[in-house]
Amino acid sequence: MLRRCFLILLLIGVAIVSLLGMAEEASAEYADVVINRNAEKAGMRPVIFPHWFHRIRFRCKVCHAELGFKMRAGSNLITMADIIDGRFCGACHNGEIAWSPENCDLCHSGRRGLQSGIMGGHETGGPGRW
Amino acid sequence: MQVSTSPVKRFLRCTFATPAGWLARVAFCIVAAASGLAAAGDWIPLAKDGIHDPKSQAVKLLQDPGEALSKLTPDTAGNQVLWVEALKKGEIKPREKLFAKTEIRKLDRDSILDIKGGMPAVRFPHGRHTEWLDCINCHDKVFSTTPGETKISMLKILEGEQCGICHGAVSFPLTECTRCHSIPRPGQIVPVLPPGANPRMHQPAAQEP
Repeated sequence: MLRRCFLILLLIGVAIVSLLGMAEEASAEYADVVINRNAEKAGMRPVIFPHWFHRIRFRCKVCHAELGFKMRAGSNLITMADIIDGRFCGACHNGEIAWSPENCDLCHSGRRGLQSGIMGGHETGGPGRW
Repeated sequence: MQVSTSPVKRFLRCTFATPAGWLARVAFCIVAAASGLAAAGDWIPLAKDGIHDPKSQAVKLLQDPGEALSKLTPDTAGNQVLWVEALKKGEIKPREKLFAKTEIRKLDRDSILDIKGGMPAVRFPHGRHTEWLDCINCHDKVFSTTPGETKISMLKILEGEQCGICHGAVSFPLTECTRCHSIPRPGQIVPVLPPGANPRMHQPAAQEP
C-alpha cells in the first residue's frame, strides 16, 4: 500500500514537472533577430525579424547581397529614414511587396528591454560577436 | 491453476482499480501528452516565445511559425525544417532577386576539405549554397577562392566566424557534425544515432523531466 501511494505520488510529481516544462520552454524561433539599436531609445518596441518567415519567400541573397544587409546581427545601422526611402527593409516593406512602414507595430513587436542579437536555439555560443 | 501475471500487470490492475488510480491515470496521460508534444515539432506561438510583447497587436496578426513550418520537410534541428529539401521539392518558392538587372550566379561544384585530426573530411557543396546565397556572401572576405588559402578552424566556426556566420545562427546548427564531416577516412565509420534515439535529446524543448 505504502509503495503504491509512493508510486502514484511520483507519477503526479512527474506530471507537474512536465507541465512546468511545457510552460517554461518559451524561447524564440531559431534565427529570430532582435533589432534594438535605436528602437527603444526612440520610444518604440524593439523589432523582431523572423528569418523563417522571410526565407520561405526570399533567398538569403536578396537581402544579404542585393539589399546590402551584412550577415552579422547588429552590424547594420537601420534607420526609419532609410526604410521610408526604400532601402533595407523598405525595399519590400513599401506597401507593394509587403506592408508599408506605417504599420509600426507589426515589426516593432518585441518586449521592452531586449538586447539586439540573433536568438533561437543555437547551441554553439556563436555568432555572438558583433 | 491460475496463470501467473507479470508484476507490472499486477501493479497496473491494482493501482487503477482504486480512486487514487484515476489520479495516477490522469497524471500518466499528462506525462504522455507532454512528451508527445515535445517529439512532434514544438514551434512556440509568437505570444509565448518570450521575445514578442504579448500586448502588441502583432501577435494576433502575424503568422505563428508552427503554422508555416509544420508543412515543410521536417528536420530535427534549427527551425525543424530541412530548408534545402523544402526548396528542392518546391514546397517553398523563395524569390531569387528583386532587381531585374541582378545576375543570378550559381556554381555546382563540391569542394572537399581534407582536415587534420580524426574527423571525417568535409564536403562543401557549392550547389546547395548558391541556391540561397551569392558568391560575394563568402568570397573573398570570408573565404579565399584559392583552395587551401583560408585556414578554417572549428574554434572560429564555434565563435561565429567562417561557416559559423550562418551555421549555428540561421542554417543548421553545429550540433550536426556529420552533415559537413561526411567523408569517412579509410576504415572509418561515420557515427550514426542508434535506432530509437531521440535526435533532439539535447535540445531544451525535448528534455524529459
